[in-house]
Amino acid sequence: MDERHTMETVLEETRTQPMKPHALPPRATPPTQVRPADADAKPKTPSLADERIVLEVQKFNLWYGSSQALHDINLKFPMGKVTALIGPSGCGKSTLIRCINRLNDLVDIIRIEGDMLLNGKSIYGRDVDVIELRKRTGMVFQKTNPFPMSIYENVIYPLRIDGENRRKILDEVVERSLQRAALWDEVKDRLQDSALQLSGGQQQRLCIARAVAADPEVLLMDEPCSALDPIATGKVEELIYQLRGYYSVMIVTHNMQQAARVSDYTAFMYLGKVIEYDATEKIFTNPSKKQTEDYVTGRFG
Amino acid sequence: MSSEQKNKSRSTNLTARGEPMVWLTGGGLVVATLMIAGLLLFVLVNGTATFWPKPLKQVATADGKQFLGEISRIETYRVPATELEGLEKTSPDAAAKIRAADGASERELLRTGNFDLYGDDFKWVALHNVTKTETPPNAWMLERQEWGPFLGFIKEVRVDGKAVASTPDEMRAKFNELHGRARARWREVRRLEKKDVGAINHELEQQRLNLRKIELKHGKESAPYQDAVESRARREAELKVKYEELEKNIKAIRDEDARYTLLLAEVGGREKEQKISEIVRAYPANALSFGRQFGVYCSRWWEFLTDEPREANTEGGVLPAIFGTVMMTLVMSLVVAPFGVIAALYLREYAKQGLLLSAVRIAVNNLAGVPSIVFGVFGLGFFCYVVGGTIDSIFYPERLPSPTYGTGGLLWASLTLALLTVPVVIVSTEEALAAVPSSMREGSYACGASKWQTIRRIVLPRAMPGVMTGLILAMARGAGEVAPLMITGVVKLAPELPVDGHAPFIHFARSFMHLGFHIYDVGFQSRNAEAGKPMVFTTTLLLIALIALLNLSAIYIRNRLKKKYVGAQF
Repeated sequence: MDERHTMETVLEETRTQPMKPHALPPRATPPTQVRPADADAKPKTPSLADERIVLEVQKFNLWYGSSQALHDINLKFPMGKVTALIGPSGCGKSTLIRCINRLNDLVDIIRIEGDMLLNGKSIYGRDVDVIELRKRTGMVFQKTNPFPMSIYENVIYPLRIDGENRRKILDEVVERSLQRAALWDEVKDRLQDSALQLSGGQQQRLCIARAVAADPEVLLMDEPCSALDPIATGKVEELIYQLRGYYSVMIVTHNMQQAARVSDYTAFMYLGKVIEYDATEKIFTNPSKKQTEDYVTGRFG
Repeated sequence: MSSEQKNKSRSTNLTARGEPMVWLTGGGLVVATLMIAGLLLFVLVNGTATFWPKPLKQVATADGKQFLGEISRIETYRVPATELEGLEKTSPDAAAKIRAADGASERELLRTGNFDLYGDDFKWVALHNVTKTETPPNAWMLERQEWGPFLGFIKEVRVDGKAVASTPDEMRAKFNELHGRARARWREVRRLEKKDVGAINHELEQQRLNLRKIELKHGKESAPYQDAVESRARREAELKVKYEELEKNIKAIRDEDARYTLLLAEVGGREKEQKISEIVRAYPANALSFGRQFGVYCSRWWEFLTDEPREANTEGGVLPAIFGTVMMTLVMSLVVAPFGVIAALYLREYAKQGLLLSAVRIAVNNLAGVPSIVFGVFGLGFFCYVVGGTIDSIFYPERLPSPTYGTGGLLWASLTLALLTVPVVIVSTEEALAAVPSSMREGSYACGASKWQTIRRIVLPRAMPGVMTGLILAMARGAGEVAPLMITGVVKLAPELPVDGHAPFIHFARSFMHLGFHIYDVGFQSRNAEAGKPMVFTTTLLLIALIALLNLSAIYIRNRLKKKYVGAQF
């Protein structure tokens, strides 16, 4: 029970604008490893060995028709942390992240091998309910995609499709989600307006609010800032930084500064393979592979 | 110097600059626009002019005859040799003139009316025979309930057979005073006949059907049948009393009507007594101020839009046709929209894309090119005879052999047109579905929505404006179609509207009137095609206006949907 308290404390410190405490929800599976409250100076370089693992990718291979896009991916994503996937275009980052909520099922020509385990349970097993899986893994896309409805309806979309109609619960979810997405203050007076009237940055934060509305365990972000201007990008980055602890975030990005700013761990991918995966600080300051060093220093890619 | 030349030649090369293409494409647009604008203008000019009161010309000819009428048109014609020979004797000047013009002369078509006296409505008068033309100020145009208009002079206004006014001004005032009351009585009679007597007839028919039903169910010997016969006889007796009472009322009003008459005289002097109540509209055509002319014009338009046709559709209103057209279009839209959308949803969202699907698509597109009369024949054979016949034998056996659904009617006509227009809706809906960005579908799936939830909540609303576009096209095509309607339920004169006060209030099995068919009927099928001609343009104008109105409302809905669901992205 004190984990919650700890989380709040952490958030108080990392946030520029304090979030109202009542907006904090109880977690279904609270992360055990949260950064200690007194470690806001520079924490020691974290190590994967200390983390609880939320998602494990095991020997994952993927083919588009006859060309292989992912080769033997083995990755462990820590719970409650932000993990960045970086790499040049076409290296398979987005493909990998879209496999986590099985969005690639929609593409006919894709064939996969291997498995992923979410909290120890297979994602690709035969008895897996894909819809249930997607509810546990929220996703934010590169292109902002608010639905053609009101801001309010956008946020509660995941609940609506579950048949949730109780006004009180919906109101609570809307306020909580929008506050987590740092959008509440901007839109609280016009929740019934069309979401399409928001600016690009607001739309993306609305998409984040929608992704977190169903309280997922994992939050997948596929280049969430690539269509945004620097100010909106800054806001979204700050938001991602705040969301750690609540959610295990996986973010695909082209922008290495962004990866360095927001993530705890970074995986560098190249041509469908994971070249190096370690704590972000290590990847950017002292990578163990030459390829990684070349990429993060801008010598190739 | 050579480079200078090069530059010069380059700057004047029109083909390279694409200038001719601008003119070609622009010219194409101008031609298309002019054709449409010309068509609309032609219909507008002819259609709006129909109801304007024209002056009455009195024409005397060389052979001593007198004509009074509106000039319909003037044309050049070739004078027959025999007529020319006769003319040589009576007026050599005119004959020489015609010979100089190679045997051609001009004649005018006078709308003389007075069908009951003359046996026709129009007279050709050769201009070379005319000796005198004048516009008598006290000539009247009287539009009557029967026999078409009367053109002539009012000699007396009579009450109980006695003249009550002498001077023209007095007669006019007296007529105006009596006319309003007489028309009110006439409308009362019509209301009694249609509504009250109609209700009695309706109930009698119901009683008969009821009895027949019981007979079919239990047989003639059974007790329920005997009971029903008795109760029917009782009820019929009651109704008969009611009917006789109504008859008495109607007769009383008619007798009152008969007291008020006009003594009319045509230009040749023959007289006719005319009940005032049967005069729809009367005006002294040559003595009208502009304001009064406009009044007559408006009153004719009002009658046209709100009344029933008379005189074999060549006069009166087209309200039943307007009603039928709108109703049929709406029923068609209600059927075609869900069908088209559902078919398109399956084609685009669920079906596995492949050879078979391509074949189906091609077939659907080709369906749009099938001649409409083919759909009509199919509608008659399948809907009316097969489906309707089956419905009749199952649900309405008591009415046979007269068919209920087993013949043309509103429902079958609407379904036939729905079939005709469904490809349009399918094609445009498919396009609209394909245009929904995949990012939106993915967003919905990522929220844990199923395929159907995504379609219903995200894809369909977003595709709605496109669906509306298809529906607009379908409505425009359906409302203007005539050929398939002629054999699936449209008639030239429907005794009853498809909606009335008897349960179940909307009668889908009834035949109905349609503006498109009305145009054809009035212009080319009526006894008096010449009189119907101006009505053709007016009805066409109305049909165009009606379709434009239907489309405008659909476009309005579409734009609202667009604003709501598509919005401005960024």
